[in-house]
Amino acid sequence: MLLIRCPWCGLRSESEFHCNGEVRPIRPHSSSLTDQQSVQHTCDRLNFKGWIEEDWCHSKGCGEWFRLNRNTVTHEIDQD
Amino acid sequence: MVPTEPKYGHTRNRSGLIKPMSIRSNRLAGGDLIVRSQKIRFEFNGRKYTGFQGDTLASALMANGIDFVSRSFKYHRPRGFSASGYADVSSMVQIDGDEDTPNVLASVTPLSEGLTARSVNCWPSLEFDVGTTLRLLSPIIPAGFYYKTFMWPHWHLFEPFIRKIAGFGNAPNSIPVRCFGNSYDYCDVLIVGAGPSGLSAGLAASRSGARVILADDMLQPGGGLLSSSATIDGKSGIEWVSGVVEELDANPSVTRLQNATAWGYLEGNHVVISERSPTPENLLRRSRRVWAKQVIIATGAFERPIVFENNDRPGVMQASAVSSYIRNYAVKPGQKAVVFTNNNSAYRTVSDLSRAGISIAAVVDVRSRVDDHVVQVASQATDFYQDSIVQTVYGNKRVTGVGIRSRETGRIKRKIDCDLVCVSGGWNPIVHLFSQSGGSLDYNEQIHAFIPAKSLQKSLVAGAARGRFNLRDSLRDGFEAGQLAAEAIGLPVQAQPSLKVIDRFDAEYSIEEFWSVPPINRLGKAFVDLAGDVTVNDLHLALREGYESIEHLKRYTTAGMGLDQGKTANVTAIGIVAKHAGVSMAEVGTTTFRPPYTPVEFGEFAGSCTGDVVLPYRYTPMTEWHKSAGAVMFEAGARWVRPSYYPLSGESMDQAIQRECRTVRQGVGIYDGSPLAKFAIKGADSETLLDLMYTNSFQNLDIQQGKYGVMLYEDGRIFDDGVTFRLSDDEYLMSGATGNGILLETRLDSFINVERPDLNVLFAPVTSQWANATVCGPLARTLLESVESDIDFAADAFPFMHMREGVFADMPVRIFRVSFTGELSFEINTPARYGLDLWTHLIKAGDQFDICPIGSEANHVLRVEKGFISLGHEVDGTIDSYDLGMAWIVSKKKSDFVGMKAMQIRRNSDDTRQHLIGLLPINSSELLPEGAPLISTIKSTRAEGFVSASVWSPTLDRTIALGLLANGRERLDETVYANANGTIIPAIVCKPIFYDSDGRKMRM
Repeated sequence: MLLIRCPWCGLRSESEFHCNGEVRPIRPHSSSLTDQQSVQHTCDRLNFKGWIEEDWCHSKGCGEWFRLNRNTVTHEIDQD
Repeated sequence: MVPTEPKYGHTRNRSGLIKPMSIRSNRLAGGDLIVRSQKIRFEFNGRKYTGFQGDTLASALMANGIDFVSRSFKYHRPRGFSASGYADVSSMVQIDGDEDTPNVLASVTPLSEGLTARSVNCWPSLEFDVGTTLRLLSPIIPAGFYYKTFMWPHWHLFEPFIRKIAGFGNAPNSIPVRCFGNSYDYCDVLIVGAGPSGLSAGLAASRSGARVILADDMLQPGGGLLSSSATIDGKSGIEWVSGVVEELDANPSVTRLQNATAWGYLEGNHVVISERSPTPENLLRRSRRVWAKQVIIATGAFERPIVFENNDRPGVMQASAVSSYIRNYAVKPGQKAVVFTNNNSAYRTVSDLSRAGISIAAVVDVRSRVDDHVVQVASQATDFYQDSIVQTVYGNKRVTGVGIRSRETGRIKRKIDCDLVCVSGGWNPIVHLFSQSGGSLDYNEQIHAFIPAKSLQKSLVAGAARGRFNLRDSLRDGFEAGQLAAEAIGLPVQAQPSLKVIDRFDAEYSIEEFWSVPPINRLGKAFVDLAGDVTVNDLHLALREGYESIEHLKRYTTAGMGLDQGKTANVTAIGIVAKHAGVSMAEVGTTTFRPPYTPVEFGEFAGSCTGDVVLPYRYTPMTEWHKSAGAVMFEAGARWVRPSYYPLSGESMDQAIQRECRTVRQGVGIYDGSPLAKFAIKGADSETLLDLMYTNSFQNLDIQQGKYGVMLYEDGRIFDDGVTFRLSDDEYLMSGATGNGILLETRLDSFINVERPDLNVLFAPVTSQWANATVCGPLARTLLESVESDIDFAADAFPFMHMREGVFADMPVRIFRVSFTGELSFEINTPARYGLDLWTHLIKAGDQFDICPIGSEANHVLRVEKGFISLGHEVDGTIDSYDLGMAWIVSKKKSDFVGMKAMQIRRNSDDTRQHLIGLLPINSSELLPEGAPLISTIKSTRAEGFVSASVWSPTLDRTIALGLLANGRERLDETVYANANGTIIPAIVCKPIFYDSDGRKMRM
């Protein structure tokens, strides 16, 4: 289980957090997408092996949303 | 000639009871770990025995002459003690009493006063076991037998039988008297294992000032030192251990845990430890979750078996375990021994046997050349066979002899009588935790074992756990690991003391690769995995069937998958596969080690979070009123407890529901709608948010006006529906399905924070802030007008789908004109603290109108009559708004909303869609079962839809149903059939509305 630094609450156990997955661009307007792009936006993720940036929410704590860099292989976290 | 096995039952007398066996004590003098002054009484299989303080259940049983303790998993073969500690996966017992526990290893259970244990996997008794007849079936239960043998006609036919004879102990019936605890710990250095390297690491780390946790899974610290003959600085192993422990215990920064297994190394340098005898004593177990800056894995090594025919017979033991029982517990594991080895370490056991006065019939070494030192030790045996192997073991419930042969010829050269076979196939570093942490393993050709290679987390491996089997190396290696850990966290490094280690047995660990002796007879059984009853022949069969990857082979044969978890079986299995396939060990590779390393009780995961605390129920402010009114309560989703119906005395469930329905259609009813999910939305972009979340447009909604909306997932499936009211310019109140509250909150939260952080909008869940009393029925308005209020309830002053705020019976209220029943309906919301007052006031005021409370069941009937959809009934993840006949809810003007593209893409395909339809059973009193498939002819086996909701409608005085049917809207008046588990019920397809189709009544 990871220890994650919430910007408000400090280091807390992973079980208090919700991971929203890798950081993605702002949701595009439907009319700007072809069918192909729309499917990609909805279904495709990089699923990268190594360092990625993720959106997390301290959902069972203060509710704050923040970003962190996590290594998907070693689970190291770089938040500074 | 090979002696045949004795027939079963011959040890019983005519009454079926086991003959009392001669009480023979196997206790020797000495024994470093037992306290002879403290006798302990215990019971096994209904008989009383005594042991000493410091004994394990296994050592005490062995001392009392009990060597046959359980029956095996698949073949119900007799099993005894095959090893010591956690490697002994065959001596599993059930502990009875207040804290009955299944699947306990006798070899790690400390003996305690009054301990009551019994054998598992046997019925009616250990000696006479019916399941043993399975032995005769063994040719048809080979590897993968679950997948092959029991396929026809259906697996479920065999399941009850297999369930009864397979598996081990019985799950406890009662909640244990003592409780389970959890703790969350943080430290600088966590050391796993208190053998020579772990203790040295502890010294180095603690002397540097680190906060140390030292966890060891044995009952006493010391590991291999406890049964070693070596001296350290002139002290015996045990004396040295006490000295170190004294220093560590005097240091307040050191927490030392004994009988505590680190069973999981998870991400984040997080290790989970199961403390099996925690303090205070009112705790049964404690689960410690430790976050450590550095972890030192000093878990030591397991001796591994050599696999040969009948290597599971009671009396076949690991050589090191024999030494341990003799030295630590002063127990004689047998009277006459044969030692079988491929390496030098077993010769320590030869010395131990000799000193304990156990005669050594033979030493059998697979190697053709051995050191002089070893030859000298072997001279204590009657015979010394080099270049030879044990082909088979004779005896059934106890070893009676072995057959040996030379490595070259296939014929048994000699039979030797003995009751103990001490086996050493070499040593495997215990790499479980390291592998769990993500570290990689390499095969070492020197010691023929897998050792840790590259670490992925902040872990170090020391001593025998990385192949340093020599005591001197192990002590040094442990201290170095402690120094490195201290250095890594910026603490001062302490100098390594020089220790003088003298070992009388000073031969180097030298080993020849040797894994198994295949049985000569095809039906002979040579066990690779004792816990799962997996034999060499099973592995060979699986290989012949094409299971080449070790991961597939493991799953197919279940080798190493049970209790063993790779402690004794895995490397041997890999060796056998490599030899069979003619490839190197490294090429075969290892399987993935996964937590838990040893069995962990469910209670340890739960801790104190049990019973009602796990998922608390949610109650509305009116709950107590419902209960006192005699309501039948139920969980309505999202843990909300709601009234189902309110039976009057003598009334059946159906009668109550029908009465409640009629009241709403003819008079006035009151319904507790408090659990409805509610969200306050505020901000300049609130309208944009609603327009994105819902398929229909929320533009130009008047203040105090509401609108029904349907929400999709981005992939086009329906997610939620509900009504949203505009409270002010930039403020809305959204409602959603009761069971969807938390999902909806998560969805809104991630949408405005991640997907569209540019929107200037905030939201807050307010479900429990408001109580909701819904007054519905043709007399609803008359009732509300009879109560003092500043709100005008007249139809033109307060139209349908509008809301009013004001004071009602001196309470602040928001009243919404929304209808789920199809009748004139007012949802009166008040802050939760007024909820009960509001409810009782309405009940009192409604008395003159014969008001009655209605439950969820009546509500369901009324909404089916109206054809209103309900999530989970009509909406199942494949259905979209068009299918529901709700094309009107998808805005034609909007260019964007969540799920728009996906829904269009799906709509563009020409798949046949299922449509929402109504169903009228031809026999008007016959009820279609909900969920029944719909077919178009009586004989058809192709489901074209299903019944989604089905009720007896008191309004129509007949049964009605809603369903989803392929192309249903074009099939009105057609007869279809519901297949109710073989009973075919015909019904006419109709429009999905049975009452007030123009909606006049609810707009009244």
